[in-house]
Amino acid sequence: MNRIIKFYHECGSPPSFYRITGHWLRPMFWLALTLSIYGLIDGLFLAPEDYQQGDSYRIIFVHVPAAWMSLFIYAIIGIAGIMTFVWRMKVAEAVMMASVPIGALFTAVTLLTGMLWGKPMWGTYWDWDARMTSELILLFLYIGVFGIYAAYDEDPRKAARLASLVAIIGLVNLPIIRYSVEWWTSIHQGSSISLMEGSTGIRDWDMLRPLLVMALATKFYFIYSMLSRARIYLLRTEKQKQWVQKAVLGAQPSGGAS
Amino acid sequence: MTPTRKKRLIMVLLVALGVSLATAIFLTAFKDNIMFFKSPTEVAAQDFPVNRNFRLGGMVKDGSMQRIPDSLKVQFIVTDFAADVTVEYEGILPDLFREGQGVVTIGQMSEDDLFIAEEVLAKHDENYMPPEVADALEAAKPQSKEYE
Repeated sequence: MNRIIKFYHECGSPPSFYRITGHWLRPMFWLALTLSIYGLIDGLFLAPEDYQQGDSYRIIFVHVPAAWMSLFIYAIIGIAGIMTFVWRMKVAEAVMMASVPIGALFTAVTLLTGMLWGKPMWGTYWDWDARMTSELILLFLYIGVFGIYAAYDEDPRKAARLASLVAIIGLVNLPIIRYSVEWWTSIHQGSSISLMEGSTGIRDWDMLRPLLVMALATKFYFIYSMLSRARIYLLRTEKQKQWVQKAVLGAQPSGGAS
Repeated sequence: MTPTRKKRLIMVLLVALGVSLATAIFLTAFKDNIMFFKSPTEVAAQDFPVNRNFRLGGMVKDGSMQRIPDSLKVQFIVTDFAADVTVEYEGILPDLFREGQGVVTIGQMSEDDLFIAEEVLAKHDENYMPPEVADALEAAKPQSKEYE
């Protein structure tokens, strides 16, 4: 238990966070790459076709993992936002702002792949049903958090605190997206898989496996990409500190900059 | 926890509570508008806008699909197993359109209780399976079909 607390405190200090996460980047990157290659081949070529949609359903292997990530990353941003606002943790600020572009990207992928699937299956690219509208609002929330941060360029710490408020308020959208297909009638189908009830809609293991592999791959990609960005964020915002000088100069051959 | 942090934490919780409450009230107030479509039961109860487009959703009743001779029109019955509405549509139906499947139609009620659709969208359900599994399920079905 003491080791966990010690590890937590270490992660809260920018120099040790920078040092510790430096070792994680490479394994995370390779896990993400191998799992996505395997998941995509498995999903796009090996999985059986659907009894009604034929091959069109295969977009699920990109769409659903991306949609899960769009919610998951926003939850991370919200939690980091609370830590930023209440405890003023620098590492939380870095994690929050590093996650925003990745989450926005996954949200955009979700919306685009959904539209591409919607045209042949539903008969329309877009309609204003509760699921689609709330997911679009999520994209605007990501842009909003980023915009607030970018608009206040005098003090990055204060900017992060302002952005964290938007992030915290936006958390209310997450349950709305999750339950939008249950609370209201919609054209979007209900959940095939949920944490509570398991996979009720996809019982075929050959169909389910690539989906789960892609869900893992996107998680690892997020950890890799978020940590890389958070490390750069810390270097930039702490550039006057001694540990940054040491970390940057230490990485170069001696006799580099003076 | 230091007093300032405690104060900030309470503030964040209050903001979150306030926003959730406001959202909940908003969503409850606009429940009808967020509902994507009306059900045949609501239409049977005259709960629909007159002379204005709205969406009607439900299942296409088994065996109800028919082409109208000498035209490109089709007629089918949309049901929620409590009430039925006959829909008339002229145009291309989406790939997933079939009897026993979910459907969302956009149009308005005519005076003779016919729903004139301008657009028909197929609604997919959350079940995915390989064709062999679907065939096996279908083969096992006739015994349990009596409830209809």
